[in-house]
Amino acid sequence: MPTLDTLKLGQSATILEFTDDFLSLKFIEMGCLPGEKIKLCNIAPLGDPIVIEVSGYLLSLRKQEAATIVVKINSENTVESCAI
Amino acid sequence: MPSKTSHTSIALIGNPNSGKSTLFNSLTGLHQKTGNYSGVTVDKHYGTYQLNGIEYQITDLPGTYSLYPKSMDEEVACKALLNEQEKIDVVVIVVDSSNLKRHLLLATQVIDLKKPCVMVLNMIDEAEKNNIIIYKEELEKLLGIKVITTNSRKKEGIKELKEAITQAKNSDSIFYNFEKQKQLFPQADSYKQVITSQFNNTKQNSSDIKAFELADNIHRFAKINYIVAKCIKQPKQLSKSHTQKLDSFFTHKFFGFAFFFFVLFIIFQFIFYVAEYPMTWIEEGFAQLMSFTANALPAGQLNDLVVNGILAGISGIVVFVPQIALLFFFIAILEDTGYMARASFILDKVMRRFGLNGKSVIPMISSVACAVPSIMSTRTITNWKDRIITILVTPLISCSARLPVYTLLISIMFAGKQTFLGFNYQGLVLMAMYVLGFVAALLAAYILKRVLKTEEKSYFIMELPVYRKPQWQTVAMLVFDKVKVFLFDAGKIILAISVVLWFLTTHAPGNAFEEIDKKAQASHITLSEESINAEKLEASYAGVLGKKMEPIIKPLGFDWKIGIALITSFAAREVFVGTMATIYSSGDSENTETLREKLIAEKNFETQQPSYSNAVCWSLLVFYVFAMQCMSTLATTYRETKHWKWPAIQLVFMTGLAYLSSFAIYSVFS
Repeated sequence: MPTLDTLKLGQSATILEFTDDFLSLKFIEMGCLPGEKIKLCNIAPLGDPIVIEVSGYLLSLRKQEAATIVVKINSENTVESCAI
Repeated sequence: MPSKTSHTSIALIGNPNSGKSTLFNSLTGLHQKTGNYSGVTVDKHYGTYQLNGIEYQITDLPGTYSLYPKSMDEEVACKALLNEQEKIDVVVIVVDSSNLKRHLLLATQVIDLKKPCVMVLNMIDEAEKNNIIIYKEELEKLLGIKVITTNSRKKEGIKELKEAITQAKNSDSIFYNFEKQKQLFPQADSYKQVITSQFNNTKQNSSDIKAFELADNIHRFAKINYIVAKCIKQPKQLSKSHTQKLDSFFTHKFFGFAFFFFVLFIIFQFIFYVAEYPMTWIEEGFAQLMSFTANALPAGQLNDLVVNGILAGISGIVVFVPQIALLFFFIAILEDTGYMARASFILDKVMRRFGLNGKSVIPMISSVACAVPSIMSTRTITNWKDRIITILVTPLISCSARLPVYTLLISIMFAGKQTFLGFNYQGLVLMAMYVLGFVAALLAAYILKRVLKTEEKSYFIMELPVYRKPQWQTVAMLVFDKVKVFLFDAGKIILAISVVLWFLTTHAPGNAFEEIDKKAQASHITLSEESINAEKLEASYAGVLGKKMEPIIKPLGFDWKIGIALITSFAAREVFVGTMATIYSSGDSENTETLREKLIAEKNFETQQPSYSNAVCWSLLVFYVFAMQCMSTLATTYRETKHWKWPAIQLVFMTGLAYLSSFAIYSVFS
């Protein structure tokens, strides 16, 4: 299953599950729940961290943290712009 | 009728970036104070306002995302809210109207504590601008509490909020996962008990809490999704906003870094050059005050204590104010506009390797001017370990107080020699000293990252707030606050050490001073005041200590005269130059030309070799790059960590590093 860190810029996905117990608690309180739609909005100039749009705001996280979020990619090719 | 003395206690709680501080400022105006939560380094902001003859006391709790704390700030907010001794009568929950879904998590948790609550839909104007419609009455019905819309930036809704606080009630609604509570905490009879029990650190309990938190928050979001569906209408596809346009510039791979360096350049210019003017005025003002006081008071011990001990000490504290105020003026703007989070975002990958944080860059660069405001500015780093590392290594970067020491020593070493491959020698060595400081700071951070153990997990899951215009009132309050905290908290430690240093240099064991005076009077030739002062300094406690120290510092090539200067320059590094001028009785310490010539001419008594050989100068230079020769920095580190352990570690590791490096250099060169 793909994880969040493998998303391309502008791709959207749905959160399926978490692989790290501690980080999952932090993600959930930041509004990243299983079933929630997210979109990759920005990648730092040096390739890491990344920014996602989730429940109406922007959240930045490192790739190693994004790798603990298992996702289902929704749009294989569409590169939509982010709303926030 | 409530009497004049009765008051209601209010707590303000909300996520970071909910506009809580601005709301707090609107409620209290200038009637606010900053204190400290006991034992931790989180500032406590509290204030008052009057309504209908009743005084309302209001505490602005640190921002938190939930009642399951993940950082020190969050833990403070939770504990203060739960603490029975705080006697909180009403809780005001502040939420960002444009971001209701996530903010409602904390709101429902607070409602479940069963305290009288009011919810504030803050920054309602931004939501309206984005065509987000919130049905307030429906929201009140579902949450079971009064909801007030405010635009705290324009002070709209403040009157209504104050009115609502007087009528705040408990909600009848329950949002927590009751089933899970019965299963994991059968003995608890309320949500509050479960939340309170997370501070009992037993192993079983902490795993139960984690399991409960997971189930509880998922349960809450299911309810919140229903509330959001019922109460909010927002456009399906938002138009491309200004935040995204600005982000494409501020996080651009060329312009993003270019702008960041531009910001650093501006800050640097201000705290290095612009601050110098008010600093000179402060020093001159105090010099006048000191000479006035010296003349006004009867001569004697007390006069000397007041003028050269206390007033000189206070002057040495107040002189930091311009740099602190200017640095925090910029930091407040960077934070308030949302740019700081972007700077952190683009620099994270580089800084992470050294155990530092994207937010460590501004403190580290600022410490080229002075480590004191820099250490204070590490508050913006929320991760405890990253913050401690930044605090510990920041003083290794060469500050402006080292410059006079470097200049003097380099001019001794390179007197006569002008250029090397067309470059000015002195400039090259000076630059090398700055580079050495930077490299040492990064290496120390790299080592500390591996050595320091911490329970708090390091992660970089950070909200990027939308860009906003800075709030000048918020900026001014922060600057004022930081200056006050420095003057009164770090200031008293600095003052105490100044008085001790004054005593050491102005008092001598026995009646050594009287004998010097007597000898001077009996002498046939008139001795200059300077040479008498030099003799007195040698005889003073500082002189005695300097001589006692000689065996320890001899391996570095230092004699007792340098020993005295090392002791006195603990007040501030540049004092080294002044002390050397007194010891060599070269008169005016502002004029280093004569001092330089005397130091070059100085010969070792035994060997008849120059005392200030290149080996000694290199050794001394490197010593000043590394050594923790600054009481103000130590006092600030204590103020910012609330533990003597950290300034002690700073002192030992920096001075230890200085000793070993100087020893190595002296051994090689001599």
